[in-house]
Amino acid sequence: MKGAEALLRALEREGVEVIFGHPGGAIMPTYDALYDSPIRHILVRHEQGGVHAATAYARASGRVGVVMATSGPGALNLVTGLADAMMDSTPVVAITGNVPRALIGTDAFQEADVTGVTMPITKHNYLVQDVNEIPRVVKEAFHIAATGRPGPVLIDIPKDVQLAEFTGSFDVRLDLPGYKPTLKGHPKQIERALDALEKAERPVLMVGGGAQHAHAELLAFAEKTGLPVITTLMGLGAFPGNHPLWLGMPGMHGTVAANRAIHHADVILAIGLRFDDRVTGKVSRFAPHAHTIIHVDIDPAEIGKLVRTHIPIVGDSRLVLKELLKGAKALRLAAWWRELEEWRTRYPLRYKPRPHLQSQEVIRAFHEATGGHAIVTTGVGQHQMFAAQFFPVTRPRSFLTSGGLGTMGVGLPFAIGAKIARPEELVIDFDGDGSFQMTLQELATVVKYKLDVKIVILNNGYLGMVRQWQDLFHAKRYSEVYLADSNPDFARLAEAYGIKGVRVERKEDLMKGVEAVLNADGPVVAEFKVYHEEGVFPMIPAGGAAEDMILEPPEEKEEVGA
Amino acid sequence: MRHVISVLVQDHPRVLNRITGLFARRGFNLESLAVGTTHQPGLSRICLVVSGDDRTLEQVEKQLNRLIEVLKVTDHTEPHVERELCLVKVHVAGLEERLAVKDIQEAFRARVVDVAQKSLILELTGDTQKVNSFIEALRPYGILEVMRTGAVAMSRGDRVLKVREKKEAV
Ligand SMILES: Cc1ncc(C[n+]2csc(CCOP(=O)(O)OP(=O)(O)O)c2C)c(N)n1
Ligand SMILES: [Mg+2]
Repeated sequence: MKGAEALLRALEREGVEVIFGHPGGAIMPTYDALYDSPIRHILVRHEQGGVHAATAYARASGRVGVVMATSGPGALNLVTGLADAMMDSTPVVAITGNVPRALIGTDAFQEADVTGVTMPITKHNYLVQDVNEIPRVVKEAFHIAATGRPGPVLIDIPKDVQLAEFTGSFDVRLDLPGYKPTLKGHPKQIERALDALEKAERPVLMVGGGAQHAHAELLAFAEKTGLPVITTLMGLGAFPGNHPLWLGMPGMHGTVAANRAIHHADVILAIGLRFDDRVTGKVSRFAPHAHTIIHVDIDPAEIGKLVRTHIPIVGDSRLVLKELLKGAKALRLAAWWRELEEWRTRYPLRYKPRPHLQSQEVIRAFHEATGGHAIVTTGVGQHQMFAAQFFPVTRPRSFLTSGGLGTMGVGLPFAIGAKIARPEELVIDFDGDGSFQMTLQELATVVKYKLDVKIVILNNGYLGMVRQWQDLFHAKRYSEVYLADSNPDFARLAEAYGIKGVRVERKEDLMKGVEAVLNADGPVVAEFKVYHEEGVFPMIPAGGAAEDMILEPPEEKEEVGA
Repeated sequence: MRHVISVLVQDHPRVLNRITGLFARRGFNLESLAVGTTHQPGLSRICLVVSGDDRTLEQVEKQLNRLIEVLKVTDHTEPHVERELCLVKVHVAGLEERLAVKDIQEAFRARVVDVAQKSLILELTGDTQKVNSFIEALRPYGILEVMRTGAVAMSRGDRVLKVREKKEAV
């Protein structure tokens, strides 16, 4: 058996069913072995699409996503996606070919120092030098990717190693003496946390992406205590977006209720989040009244990194919540809830209705038509924030977006990965005209595998989020954000791929458009021509605090046609 | 504040890259770095001198611990021995200078390890402060070259830097 075959065997032993990838010279031996393998391969049209799809596959399924690429350019095309998976703590294993060992370091054809390049954007990486190491490396890679704080792991395998005769064993043990994630929270700290919550007058529970797998325990704990729950962008769906205890999303484009709750809170229980600056604003002004911050995270390095923490709990959010639940009591929070309720009813998410079709109403219409029962993916920009605001998902692993890295272009490949992970689900990609064009080549992948994904492009003719910042902070000097003069006809573009295209331009056609998308038997690309100068609100300007929240567009200018 | 940190690592290729890369990326201040093998096959020991406030140091330690190949990190705040080795090539024009340099050498208990017509190489072992003073003392005579190893450190007494025992199976 050759190294390539051993590699696939090792992957099978890890339970891998799908690999997203793109072949090339240095990975050809593995592709040759793949020809006889039961593992399904999804051929993408750009390696970036592959790594994003693997990321979404992982996030939607809770399993490890796998992507494969050739050396040099192929592997380097993974860089953005690996960084994205790293920032959003997603378990991905990337396998790359490299030039034969004898040529490494000689600037050989399609050689790149891929382990060097990806060192800071992977949880760990390997350059396999010995064919018999393949089973151990694969086992370790999956273990590292999926345990502790999940993240991407890259395995770089020189071509001659793939071709070498394998004489080793698959019965291998992990050799990771320096890797022992702490899973169980410290009982003393858990006790202290419960005590602090019991004494609190204005407590809040904030949860992030690290609680997606702990949704059941989270729900039970929240209901038992009656704590108000705030979910970050990555935490959306970890707690049902239609639950009376839910206050919405915090941060730059979060709800008034969520941001005010944090601002006035005396005790904050934060679970599986890392206090990103889009959540905290200026850290020194974050949660100024909180005398106790309890931070639960599996990564000790996140605790105290940005925000002062009074009760650190290192552990798996699920296990910690289980322990918290054991000692949880119904808290007396009536007065606090009266305040929260007041903010919530007084400042719901809203937008100024306009004669033009608007992104918010498009998303809301899809939410109503589906009952929120879909896996949503997004690009990055205004449409992403509108999706977070107006498509409150109710189930975990169902809002897939690029949080930490803010990677434009993930929408379509995320939809592909999600659909492959959970084919029975309705998958909707709310995308931007800018974002979509960064990875639209993956429409071919949609066609090739007959993936029923609904791509909803909120075409505002602009790099809208950048335009919004120029509007607010750069005296409306719209530098290089105009797309409408050169955007394709998205519906016809779809048709060129053999995908159903839909175009909606007028407000009165909204419902018809939504139905056309949802009733279509198969994939759809639907372009909704939306108002071009919309802004996302509420907004806390970068580096600001809850008190600096802008609720509405500063002043309305006359409206010009889109 | 200056901190001396010992790190026990698996001596895999690039492990040093991971550590220096981490420092560069997170903007930690690295004053010196010394590395060598240990008595245990497969393990290397690195000594880092880092400056920063308490919060930064906490991050340095935690971020180092995140690296898969790092087995143990210790910030030497306890009583410890710290040494570095320094070679200085100093210009000595005439007999007078040679004698003056010899005085300095004796005062610091340095050794002469090479003698040439116009220069000497002196070897000194000591803590960083001592090495600094030594170099300053020689400076007026015309230093031609300096090579320092960077600090190495070890806890005093019975405390030993060793692999933490297995906490729990994952
Ligand atoms: C790859 C990448 N390049 C640049 C940016 C900066 N950026 C953030 S939002 C945005 C505009 C996105 O435009 P579009 O996809 O049309 O979304 P809209 O804001 O208009 O809804 C840009 C350029 C980014 N996040 N990612
Ligand atoms: Mg746009």
